[in-house]
Parts: sequence; C-alpha cells; structure tokens
Amino acid sequence: MLRYILKRLWHTVYVVIGISMISFFFIHLSGDPVLLMLPGDASDQEIEELRGQLGFNDPLYVQYVRFVSKAIRGDFGESLYYHVPVMELVIERLPASLELALAAMVFALVLGVPIGIISAVRRGSMLDMGGMFGALLGLSMPHFWLGIMLMLLFSVQLGWLPTSGRGTMAHLLLPAISLGLSLMAMFARLTRSVMLEVLSLDYIRTARAKGLMEEIVIAKHALKNALIPLVTVAGMQFGFLIGGTVIIETVFAWPGLGRLVVQAIFSRDYPLVQAIVFVLSLLFVGMNLLVDILYVYLDPQISYSEEK
Amino acid sequence: MNTRATVFPGFRLVAENLLPHFRLMLETAREVVRRPSALAGGILLLLILGTSLSFPFWYHTDPLSQDLLARLTPPVWQSGGGWGHLLGTDNLGRDVLSRLLYGSRVSLLVGFAAVFVAELVGIVLGLISGYYGGKIDSLIMRIADVFMAYPFMLLTISVIAVLGPSILNLIFVLGISDWVTYARTIRGSVLSLKRKEFVEASHAIGTPHIIIIMRHILPNVISPLLILGTLRVANIIIWESGLSYLGMGAPPPMPTWGRMLAEGRVYIADAWWLVTLPGLAIMFTILSINLLGDGLRDALDPRLINL
Repeated sequence: MLRYILKRLWHTVYVVIGISMISFFFIHLSGDPVLLMLPGDASDQEIEELRGQLGFNDPLYVQYVRFVSKAIRGDFGESLYYHVPVMELVIERLPASLELALAAMVFALVLGVPIGIISAVRRGSMLDMGGMFGALLGLSMPHFWLGIMLMLLFSVQLGWLPTSGRGTMAHLLLPAISLGLSLMAMFARLTRSVMLEVLSLDYIRTARAKGLMEEIVIAKHALKNALIPLVTVAGMQFGFLIGGTVIIETVFAWPGLGRLVVQAIFSRDYPLVQAIVFVLSLLFVGMNLLVDILYVYLDPQISYSEEK
Repeated sequence: MNTRATVFPGFRLVAENLLPHFRLMLETAREVVRRPSALAGGILLLLILGTSLSFPFWYHTDPLSQDLLARLTPPVWQSGGGWGHLLGTDNLGRDVLSRLLYGSRVSLLVGFAAVFVAELVGIVLGLISGYYGGKIDSLIMRIADVFMAYPFMLLTISVIAVLGPSILNLIFVLGISDWVTYARTIRGSVLSLKRKEFVEASHAIGTPHIIIIMRHILPNVISPLLILGTLRVANIIIWESGLSYLGMGAPPPMPTWGRMLAEGRVYIADAWWLVTLPGLAIMFTILSINLLGDGLRDALDPRLINL
C-alpha cells in the first residue's frame, strides 16, 4: 500500500518535471519577449543590453535550470502587462475558477448519477431511452454554446439571471450548468453501464433472493461497487473542467484563471501564460494523485496487484 | 494460370490478406445499419458531408460580401425577413446560410484531419511501445503520462498562441495533443497479441518484425481504433469551435461556426439567430457522429464501456 503510494508520488514528480519543460520551451518558441518589453524605437544596443541583463544569452539549459529554481520558490517572474509578480495574479484569480469547476462537478454528479441509476433499473423503458437520448444530446452540445443559449433564455428573454460577473448564487448558476452539462451526460451514461454490469452479478441475485427490498439492493449493494469507476472518471474529468473554464469564463465574463489566460495570450504576456498553465496542470496532476490514492481505499485489490 | 499473379506476384498475397477485412467491414456495416439510432446518425452525417461538399453548385451567395443596409435581417419566416437571405444576415449584412455552409467545411476538415494525424502518431508509437517493449516502451509511456497530465485545452491554446492560428496549425496541434489515447489502446492490444501462438509461430519461422506488425498485429487492433476515432472526431470539432470562439481557430475572414457564435454573442439581445443557428449546426454534426460511433462500438466491440 505504502509502496504503491510512493510509486505514484514518484510518477507525479516526473510528470511535473515534464510539464515544466513543456511550458518552458513553449515560451521560448514564442519568440523574444525583450522586443515586447522595450519601446519600438529602442536601439540594437539597448536590446542587446536588456537581453544580457535578463540572461537570454545563456545556453538554453542554463535558462531552464534558472527557471526551475525560481519556480520552486513560487517565483514565475513579472507580468509584462500588469507589472506585478504573476503568482499574485494567479492566486487572486484561482478561487473563482475553483468555485466554478467545483459547482459544475457537483451539478454533474447530483443529476447525472441518479439519471444513470434510473436508466439502468428501468432498462428499456421510455424513461431509460429518454434519459439516454438526453445524455447523448448533452454530450453533443459545445458547452459554451449551451451557455449562450441559457443566457438568451434566462437573462435576455426572461430576465431572471445576470449575464455575467461573479458574486451571488445567481451569477454562478448559468456558468456552472453550462460547464457541467456534458459531464452530467457522461456520468449518466457511465453510471448506467456500470450499474447494468453490477446488477447482473451473483451477489445481487443472492441479495434479492434473501428477500431484500429492491431499493436496498440497489442503494447498498449495487451502487457501492459502481462507485469505483465513477470516482476515477470524476477525477480524470477534473482536467476537462479546468480546460472548459477557459471558454466558459470568457462567455460569462467570470473573473477566473481561464479568462485571465485568454487575455494574457492576446496581450502576449508570456510569463503569465506560463504560470497559469503550470498551476492548472499542477492542480490536475494533484487531483489525479488524490484519485489514485482514494482508489486504493475503495478497491483493495489494486494495491495487491501493484505490489507484485 | 493466373495471369495477374504472374504480372505481379504479390497481388494474390495482398488480395488474400485483404479479402477477410473487406468481409468484416461489410458485416460491420450491416450490423450498424440494423440499429435505428446508428442508421439515423449515419444518414444525418452523410447528409451533412454531402451538403458541405456540394453546396458551391447550388448556393452561390458569397459568405463575405457585406450589405450594411440589410444588416441583422431576421430569417425568412420571421417578419422583416426575406427570400434573399433564408437564414438572415449578421451585423455586417453577410448571409448567415452561406457562412454556415462554409463553416461546415472548416469544422469537418479539421475534425477528420486531426483525428487522422492523432491516429497515425498514436498507432506508430503504440505499436513500437507494445511490440518492442523495454526502454523505448517506458520512454514513450512516460511522455504519454506528461501529455495526459497537461490539460488538453490549455495545451492547444498555448501552442496556437505561439504558432499563430491557421487551419494547418489547428490540425497539427489538435492531432498531436490527442495521440495518447490511441497509443495506449494499441499498446494494450499489442501486448496481449504478442503472446498469441500465431505471432510466435510467425516469429519462429523468421518473419521480419515489420511484416509481423503489418500482417498479424495491425489488422487485429484496428476496430477499437475505428470506434475511438469516430467518437474523437466529435470531440475535436467541439474543441475546434471553442478555439475559434476564442479567436484562435481558422484565421479571419474565413467563416467558422465558433467565430460566428463569438460575433453573434454581442448581438444576443437583438438577433437570436446569430447565436442559435451555428450552435445547432455544431450540435447536429456532433450528434450524428456520436450516434454512428455508438452504433459502431456496439457492433464491433460490445465489451467497451459506454462512456
């Protein structure tokens, strides 16, 4: 068990190193930030001076080592546009993004799992077919378009909910639903197929033969085993949510990291882009690590097979 | 005497090897057609593809020509609309239908081409990884882990931001970021195939690796890739429209569904059709692909999890 967790930790370390390399080299592909930092009429000598000052003339690996040693201390440099340390900006915006992603995840789980259970239990009924077609429709909609449609209906036509900004529950509702709907559809489909598989197993037949109420068989016996793949997928899909916030935040003018990264890309604020990409990837990797460890608790078979 | 075999000795060999696959494909097609939802998806997709390929022959309105006097004209069935612009016009008086038709080409091209790139990279790396094993395998799988950990959307937007938006860059970037799933699927199948008797037998009589891979391994791992590929086209098209919405898709003035949505978003209170119609176009395209993909999966491999 401990060995498995250590192994996963080691795995996380090299993934993080890989991510830091990718973010570092992208920024270097993107051209010379010095030209952006100086006014357009700067002389060649001035450009060369600043380049030397910032260490851009050193070999690439030296620059990478310097980047990493600073990054470990949380120093990702200064924003070219806002002229403050980029980490300050990231920390200021992070809670908004997390709030949105979390709300979307809760929405997806709370609605998706019951729909999947009902579909599995009433297999082949109108309810099942309706639920599954609805789920397929949900998977087929780009979430930002769903956001615009919800905005058209609830904000423009009915005037019930605000179109943009953050603050109250009313602000959170539309972005969270738009971001979570396709995930909800995915959970519904997954829950249904996992439940169908579990419900055909022998121990369920035993439980039914004992004369247990169907509700108890489903809630206590079947659902418990169906939870394992659900947890895995929920963890893996967290990355999808993070990616999704980039567009949804832009649609609803939600003041999170997603919107900030889009603005940073357009203003060519590369240190900021680098820091945001790095922090979001770290979040994603951390989430995966958490899921893997949780998995061991949920399914004891895993740790035994891994230790061999 | 078979003359074709004398002219080209390899011909019979190729024919004998390919024939069972054609038969399998026919059987698969029959299985798919038997499912009403998959059939509906297939027909819808064919309609969309057919429209997208053929529209220059029957719809001649220029998607870029502006008519500022006719700006924000509603669709024909609404008061104020006219037969000149069936689905209305946008904020610059450009014909919405024509822009939708041109946009379909961008989405479909990027969707299918990116999946092709991803499959190609994934198949090659997955085959190498699974077949040869050892150091090269762990190297490829470690790289795959890093790619998996990098949020897909962020990877694509940061690369597009660096390379600049163009259709070719989109195909390349979306394709490269999506190879991992294919490589992992292939690797898994290759690992179990490698130990099968017919592969070992072939190896024992001295067949070169490349022939074993092409003749014995590849044909046996193709069907999960086909299913995966079909379903991924849908995802790629959604991402492409998202990138395009952010202004990182195909460069202007090319009309794309994502950009139409972004431009229409400003006029949401005055012109519902600008934000509704491109989204419906995306949704029906994705729906048709998903229906077909689900059908293919059920027909080819009922054991795959329904995600």
